[in-house]
Amino acid sequence: MRPDRRTVCDLLAEYGGLIDAGKFDEWLGLFSAECRYQVMPRENFDRGLPAALIFCDSRAVLEDRIRALREANKYNIHTDRHLIGLPRIFDDGVIEAPFAVYQTDQEGETRLFATGLYRDRLQVEGSGLKIGDKLILLDTFAVPSLLSTPL
Amino acid sequence: MTMVTAAIWPTLDYSRVPYRLYHDADVYMREQEQIFRGPVWSFLGLDCEIPNPGDFRAGYVGDTPIVFNRDKAGAVKTFVNRCAHRGALVRREISGNADQHICIYHQWCYGLDGGLQAIPFHRGVRGKGGLDASFDMRVHGLRPLRMGNINGALFGTLAEDAEPLEDYLGTPIVAQLRRLLDRPMRVLGYNRQRIRGNWKLYAENTRDNYHASLLHEFLVTFGLDRSTQVGGVKMDARHRHNITWAEAESDTDEFARQAYASARVRNDFLSLKEPALVTFHPERDDKLNIAITSVFPSAVFVQISNSLAVRQIRPRGVDEVEIFQTMLGYEDDSSEMTLHRLRQANLVGPAGLVSMEDGEAIEIAHRASRRDLDRTTVIELGGGGVISDRDYRVTDVPLRGFWSYYAELMGIEPDSAVR
Repeated sequence: MRPDRRTVCDLLAEYGGLIDAGKFDEWLGLFSAECRYQVMPRENFDRGLPAALIFCDSRAVLEDRIRALREANKYNIHTDRHLIGLPRIFDDGVIEAPFAVYQTDQEGETRLFATGLYRDRLQVEGSGLKIGDKLILLDTFAVPSLLSTPL
Repeated sequence: MTMVTAAIWPTLDYSRVPYRLYHDADVYMREQEQIFRGPVWSFLGLDCEIPNPGDFRAGYVGDTPIVFNRDKAGAVKTFVNRCAHRGALVRREISGNADQHICIYHQWCYGLDGGLQAIPFHRGVRGKGGLDASFDMRVHGLRPLRMGNINGALFGTLAEDAEPLEDYLGTPIVAQLRRLLDRPMRVLGYNRQRIRGNWKLYAENTRDNYHASLLHEFLVTFGLDRSTQVGGVKMDARHRHNITWAEAESDTDEFARQAYASARVRNDFLSLKEPALVTFHPERDDKLNIAITSVFPSAVFVQISNSLAVRQIRPRGVDEVEIFQTMLGYEDDSSEMTLHRLRQANLVGPAGLVSMEDGEAIEIAHRASRRDLDRTTVIELGGGGVISDRDYRVTDVPLRGFWSYYAELMGIEPDSAVR
C-alpha cells in the first residue's frame, strides 16, 4: 500500500493540531486498535540500544500514559506547537516526516523543545488511515526540563 | 562578591540551607575544585560499556571532561580529556574504538595508557622549527585518574589522597551496589535531561524520601509505592551517601487510604490497563522494590520495581544540570524480562511516570530562591539534631547528611557542627 499524499498530510495535520489543542482522547483516536508508540533518543537508536523515553508497546500502555498525564502527573505549565514537515511516503505504508515542537510558558516565552523524525507505519482501518506504529526519533535527546505532553 | 564561610549556617545541624549556596557562581567554582576535583570518587560508567581493547567512552567528572578506555592488556584507564598542547578535547566522540587518541588540532597522539606517543614535526622541517631536544614527552601525557571498580561500576578520582573506594563508599553502600550489580550487566540505553537548576537541588531530591509519593502522585494513584510501606533511609558512617529503601506489599490499601487522607493525593488507587507497568517481579531473596542509592557527590544507583539504572548528575554551571541516565538489565535476562524492563523504563527518566515531576520541582525551587540569598530552606522532617538512619519514610534527614559532608569539603564546617 502506498498511502495517498493528501490523506497522509491531513493525518499529520490532525496529529499535531490535536496535541497542541490538548485533545488527547481525539488524538488517541488517530491510532489503530492495536498500536505502538515510542519516543527513542537518537543516541540509542544509532547504537542499536532498545531503551526508549516513552515505550508504549500496546494501545493499553499508551492509554495509561494519557490517563496518568491527566490524573497524576505534574509538569511545566505550557502549550505546545507542532510544526510538521513534508512527509516522505514509501510503498509499504511507511511514512517519514520531520517535526519540531516549540513550547511556550505562561509568560509567553517560547523555546524549541524538540526536533526529530516521525517514522510511522500507517494502516487502513474502517473508513480511514490510522497509525499502527509510530517511532519518534528524537534528535533533541538532551530533553529540556522534562517530557510530558506527547511529541 | 561574598566569600562563603562557616558563618553561613544559621543552625549547626544543617537544617537550614542558605539559598546562596545554589546561586553563587564563586561557590560553583569552589565546588569544582574542592569537591569534584577533591577527595571524592565519581561514577564514570560501566565495565560492560567498554568490553574490548580500544573501546572508549567520554564523560565528565563534575564539569571536567574525561575519557575512559580499555587498554591492550584489558585494564581500564581514565584520563582528563584535554590535550597537553593547547587544551583542546582530544577525544570528541562519546564512544567508539581506537588504538590511539589523536587531538585533531595539531595531531598530538596519545596511547590507551594516556601517554604522549607522537608529535608531528617533532624535529621541525629541514632542521628548523619543532621542539627543543630537551622537551620530555613523558611528562606531557593526559592527566590520569585513579580508578576503582565495584562489580563493574567504574569510579575515578582526581585526588591522589582520596581514601580507597570501598572506604569512601562505606559498608552499606558497597553492599547495595554489590546487590544491584550481582550479575554481569547489559546497557539497554541512555537518556538525558537538562534541568534549569543547580546540581545540588537534584542531589537533595534523590535523598528526599518525603517528596516521593506527594510530588509523584502516580506512585500512590496507581499503587506502586506509598509512604505507608515498610522502608526508610540508611547512610554510610559519614552520612555523605544514602540508600532510600522500601519493601513491596508491606502495607494495606486501607491503612494507606487513612494515612493519605491528610494529603491532596488521590487515594482511590486506580488500576492501569497494562498492570505490567507496576508489577514487581522479585529478583533476589529480599523484598526491596525501591532502592535508591545516592553516592556523594553525583551518582545515583536506582532500582524502582524492575527498572534498573544509574544516573550521573552533571553540573553545567551554577544554573543548569544534566541528568545522564544509563538504563540497565542483566546479561542473562530472558527476552520477557528485557521487555518488562523496557516497559518499566516508562517510570523513570525525563518522561518518567514517576520522575518527570522532579524536573519541574527543581526548576521552581531554583527560580524562586534566586532572591533573598541569605534566607534558607527548612529541612526538619524526621526532626533536627543528630543525623542518623531512620526506619520510616516521612523524612529528609539524608539531605542534612549531604550538607554536612559538603560543608567539610568546602571548608565551611562550623565549629561543633552536629553531624
